[in-house]
Amino acid sequence: MTTLEFANVTKQYRIRGKRGDNRLLAVNEVSFTLESGKTVALVGQSGSGKSTIAKLLMQLERPTSGQILVDGEPIRRHGRGLREYRHQVQMVFQDPFASLNPYHSVAHHLARPLLIHGRAKTRAEVDAGVERLLQRVRLVPAAETAAKHPHELSGGQRQRVAIARALAPEPRMLIADEPVSMLDVSIRLGVLNLLAELQREDNLGVLYITHDLATARHFCDEILVMYQGRIVERGPADEVILHPKHEYTKRLAAAAPNPELRLKQIQKA
Amino acid sequence: MTSAISLDEQAVMPTAPRPARRSIAQLLPSRSPKLVVGLSIAGVIILWAIIGPLIVGNPNAISTSMFQTPGTAGHLLGTTQTGQDVWSQIAYGTRGSLIIGFSVGIISTVLSAIFGILGAYIGGALDETFALFTNIVLVIPGLPLVIVIGNYIPVNQRGLFLIAIVLALTGWAGSARVLRAVTLSVRNRDYVAASRVSGEKTWRILVVEILPNLIPVMASQFVFAMIFAILGEAGLSFLGLGASNSFTLGTILFQAYNDLALTQGAWWWFVPPGLVIALFGCALSLINFSIDEIINPKLRNSTRAVRKKWGLSPAQIRQLDEEQIK
Repeated sequence: MTTLEFANVTKQYRIRGKRGDNRLLAVNEVSFTLESGKTVALVGQSGSGKSTIAKLLMQLERPTSGQILVDGEPIRRHGRGLREYRHQVQMVFQDPFASLNPYHSVAHHLARPLLIHGRAKTRAEVDAGVERLLQRVRLVPAAETAAKHPHELSGGQRQRVAIARALAPEPRMLIADEPVSMLDVSIRLGVLNLLAELQREDNLGVLYITHDLATARHFCDEILVMYQGRIVERGPADEVILHPKHEYTKRLAAAAPNPELRLKQIQKA
Repeated sequence: MTSAISLDEQAVMPTAPRPARRSIAQLLPSRSPKLVVGLSIAGVIILWAIIGPLIVGNPNAISTSMFQTPGTAGHLLGTTQTGQDVWSQIAYGTRGSLIIGFSVGIISTVLSAIFGILGAYIGGALDETFALFTNIVLVIPGLPLVIVIGNYIPVNQRGLFLIAIVLALTGWAGSARVLRAVTLSVRNRDYVAASRVSGEKTWRILVVEILPNLIPVMASQFVFAMIFAILGEAGLSFLGLGASNSFTLGTILFQAYNDLALTQGAWWWFVPPGLVIALFGCALSLINFSIDEIINPKLRNSTRAVRKKWGLSPAQIRQLDEEQIK
């Protein structure tokens, strides 16, 4: 079993202003642990530091203080160690319209991680790997999809490609940064169900970043609620939703639509 | 289909056959009249520059009987004051001008790519230094500097390539600034972050992920650098600071001016080289406009003529126009 631990991590940005520099505490002493096979939701409003956590986990940013540990070992930031880390931890970006290079075909996007992480060596292995990945994310016929460019695909299809790319190195952990927020409402459930299915198949540890409490409750074992850079509440999903303690979580839970309650109101009237 | 599945996206692709790979034709600008005219004129001139010198006679050969006569059977475009064939001179002159144009295009595109793209991608102190250097080169007035350098080099060392290098060194900075701006925007896109997450190496991200998205911009800058170089060289030569002992369109004009072709009305001597410069500059500009249309699709759709092609009624076109004005 693999664990990914976020230990007391703080990230401070310096913002250049007219009157000297300002500091923005995007992530303030946040700790949590991801385990393989478990899904954790990170819920919070825009600007609460959710995406910064994703960037820190993917080593696109460096923490100001604190540590990130894999199986208790501090992560490496360079060379072979970094590649080894990227082999274990992968990410699905929020916007599938921005996360695929418009110049390259779907096959390129999937072949590169396969080659980098040594999952395939010869051309035939790469082709087979690409086909297998596309089949896993239900983009069939795979050969036809592989030859396409991102602009020929719909938002949902692009996000499936992005998921396939994240799965290519066969990671243990998957960070999903609002994976469906840019998608049409009618196809969100399809993509989320796919993620849940892949999570079960590969026994992945998933960090599901979202501001949608309903899907967080449905798909996740544990919920972390983030507010202004801090984790203000955490616990099993049902517990957090049904008995919110922090003021922000209460407001969030109250704001979420509740179909059952609405049905009762309609029946009464 | 059950309701649960209908919520799911239709992930299955339409089975209609599609081209397996994007062909090169699709990367090229769509065939607009501008592009066709530009490419044909430029093509004829380039072809002439290549094969012309092989079929015409020696441009320095002096006819013993004809001095400054208009076109005849032996001399299609007439002769110069010293009895040289203008037609042969133009063939060699076009070749010289194009050699300068292409060399400057290549050198200044490479320079602007190094200072613009590399600086912007790596960032930090390197970017600051490169940007500062680019800005300094940009504010140095180009033509006066070229004149000073041209004047400084002894006449017998002033070959075509030296002139090309001088023109390239003064002409790359504007493109570098544009490339820096475009690179800064591209490097922050998600797909660059995504390839870092995939474990891609830095140089590979630059060359394989970022560079292809800059190619249209660089192509346009290459064409612009060529126009700048050919006109700049003509200007330099006209001032007597151009390449010595080789023909360019500018040196022909310089000779014509010096030998009083203008005051004596020997139009066949100075009009043809001027016309070739003007036509080639025009053709390259047309090509450049069509490249601009790929970079910025808004330009392409902004003409009424194009909208008519969409099969809209005149009323619908009017409505679209009004919406755009708002």
